Amino acid sequence: MGLTCNACKRKAMQDTYHIKKSNPNQMIIALAGNPNTGKSTIFNELTGLKQHTGNWPGKTVTNAWGIFKHKNQEFILVDLPGTYSLFPNSAEEEIARDFICFSKPDATVIVVDASCLERNLNLVLQIIEITHTVILCVNLLDEARRKKIKVDLEKLSVELGIPVVGTIARDKKGLEDLKDIIYKVCSKKIIPHPKMTTYPKEIEDEIQKLIPMIEPLVKNKINPRWVALQMLDGDLKILEKITNYPNCKGGCHDVRL
Amino acid sequence: MYEKYIPLHQVHIGKTCIIKELKATGSQRRRLLDLGFTQDTPITVIRRSPLGDPTAYLIKKSIIALRQEEASKILVEIIRN
Amino acid sequence: MMSDYSHTLSADQFRDHIVTSLYKRAKEIEEAVVTYSKENKSTLDDKIDSILTSRLFGFPIMLLILALIFWITIVGANFPSKILADLLFSLEDKLTELFINFNAPSRLHGIVILGMYRTAAWVISVMLPPMAIFFPCFTLLEDLGYLPRVAFNLDRIFKKAGAHGKQALTMAMGFGCNAAGVISSRIIDSPRERLIAILTNNFVPCNGRFPTLIAISMILIGASSDSLLNSLFASGLVVLLILLGIAMTFLISFIASKSFLKGTPSRFSLELPPYRKPQIGKIIIRSIFDRTLFVLGRAVAVALPAGAITWLLANISIGNTTILNHIANFLDPFALWIGLDGVILLAFFLGLPANEIVLPIIFMIYLSTGSMIEIDSIEEMRQLFLAKGWTHLTCLNVMLFSLLHFPCGTTLWTIKKETQSVKWALASFIIPTLTAILICFISTQIASLFF
Repeated sequence: MGLTCNACKRKAMQDTYHIKKSNPNQMIIALAGNPNTGKSTIFNELTGLKQHTGNWPGKTVTNAWGIFKHKNQEFILVDLPGTYSLFPNSAEEEIARDFICFSKPDATVIVVDASCLERNLNLVLQIIEITHTVILCVNLLDEARRKKIKVDLEKLSVELGIPVVGTIARDKKGLEDLKDIIYKVCSKKIIPHPKMTTYPKEIEDEIQKLIPMIEPLVKNKINPRWVALQMLDGDLKILEKITNYPNCKGGCHDVRL
Repeated sequence: MYEKYIPLHQVHIGKTCIIKELKATGSQRRRLLDLGFTQDTPITVIRRSPLGDPTAYLIKKSIIALRQEEASKILVEIIRN
Repeated sequence: MMSDYSHTLSADQFRDHIVTSLYKRAKEIEEAVVTYSKENKSTLDDKIDSILTSRLFGFPIMLLILALIFWITIVGANFPSKILADLLFSLEDKLTELFINFNAPSRLHGIVILGMYRTAAWVISVMLPPMAIFFPCFTLLEDLGYLPRVAFNLDRIFKKAGAHGKQALTMAMGFGCNAAGVISSRIIDSPRERLIAILTNNFVPCNGRFPTLIAISMILIGASSDSLLNSLFASGLVVLLILLGIAMTFLISFIASKSFLKGTPSRFSLELPPYRKPQIGKIIIRSIFDRTLFVLGRAVAVALPAGAITWLLANISIGNTTILNHIANFLDPFALWIGLDGVILLAFFLGLPANEIVLPIIFMIYLSTGSMIEIDSIEEMRQLFLAKGWTHLTCLNVMLFSLLHFPCGTTLWTIKKETQSVKWALASFIIPTLTAILICFISTQIASLFF
């Protein structure tokens, strides 16, 4: 089953996002982050000129992806739109959320500005609720240094339960480390254990009430706690999306090996 | 006791205040929350546009400009120095 | 499933709780991992902002920078445009020889070389150099972090028209190319304001229309001699036209936001990011690949079939007149009613692929040459137009129509792609066209009262 699911996942990725895997061993990495964090610099530095652009399906937002290689492993890096949050308020946020949630990239790299950690962590905390394979890239360390801001990356990694890499993308510093970590997370040499946020009791109670209803629908594919949060937030379409998403539309359950 | 809170657009340049309540609803409220306009967050009025509106605010180390319409829906308490 | 489930908090309250908890934890983590050596204040950014967005200097600096970019573009593009044109047209001669050597039928040579190739060559040589200069300049300002400040400075004016301050940037981009202006509307995250920016972008004349506006204004002023005074008058006239275009942008934006876009959601927030040192190399590569070649590719794709059609219309005769002249004659009564003539109106329609080819098409029809040509001297142009019955009013209306009419094919295609809707592409054809017809009609009526 795993194999077919992967096969149709790949197919869905091609159909839905116009992202073409040239061979089945390529790993897909999502690149997320707030606007103005140097996310596009990271994207450009990693992929060089091997980029493809188009529009997200049915949306007016640009979609860019490119390929990089590390230790003989090819990665497809998908540049998600820069957003402040993953609660869908705009087309950009919906795309970023849906891609991370439904397309199940092999890893998600979140770029944050070292000088504005608090603001950026809001997005990080939201993403780790959806997926476990998250890598935090603390960028613009040079700017932070100039502002006399020091970030304890190891402690940050412990606090969040995910690997953290410090970079100065425009000077190409830290990018090899970043690729290393991506490689290790994808090859399961590092397994992140993100620490979820606990909400006030009234919300946790509601989440617990909803989870038993959601679990049979999402069948271990998506974190039911996160789906519950989306529903409590007023997004009832999320369930419809889970059942209809092209990810498994292509006969994933019928054609089992 | 809303009386002691004032809308953000009435705060003078250079003053720092604390966000106490959001009057905005729907998508406007959601956007403001995502940008970090949450309760008890300090916010400083930086400068106004040459034409008087919008106004730039320093909040959580970023500068975000809001129009008077949005700012008037954010109730704040001024910090007395 | 949700019907038998109820809770006490509203969605807004849930969101409040969720986001507040997230930010609370974010703050705790930040306090645990970040240390400041001193009270952190980005004083340099603050100083730059206090100049660039000040009451005194904000607007002058903005206009100065815009003028500087125009100047660099116009002056810098002249020379490479000429080289490119020489190159492409000498290649045309070579290709023609090739066709002759292979004994190709002359009609095939006409369609392929005189029609398709010549139009595409025209479009490339006129469009490529200015775009290759204008776009990097613009990307530079973007990278520096200056552009959001422009939106900040101008937002109040745009708010009055129901639009977004960032529309100032999409308009500025439109001066380079309306298709690029439409694409740049992506920076506006509020759906209503974004559509307004897209629908009105063509009211700023792109660099394909500038040469036409300048040439006709020289003719109108009567600049037979190249005196400084005359050229000042002529450029003054062009500036007036640009101001009219901006006024129309605000008017149409206002009408749209109050009528058919009334219910579309709208919100405003604008981040003023820190100023950053730009990466010049990256800027050039990115603006050439992402913008220049992208737009140029679309322009050539539209120009090829249009070139073939124009050539066919000019070279196939029914009776003893070409189809082109038949259509021009057919359009004549309506065109005269709005102070133009059939040939001019037809040229605007055939110029759909790129506004650059409108004047060459007018010359082609007037002189019955069968393929597009260019006349270099203003005086020659003036004599030709006088002979064909142009008046001051005709000149004025040609400029007005050029300024206000439908966007070029590339832009329309881009609008369709950007809005994912044929409806909006159609609207962005119809709204400006009606505006152009109306304004030309009004000017004709006013003129008829006096003369």
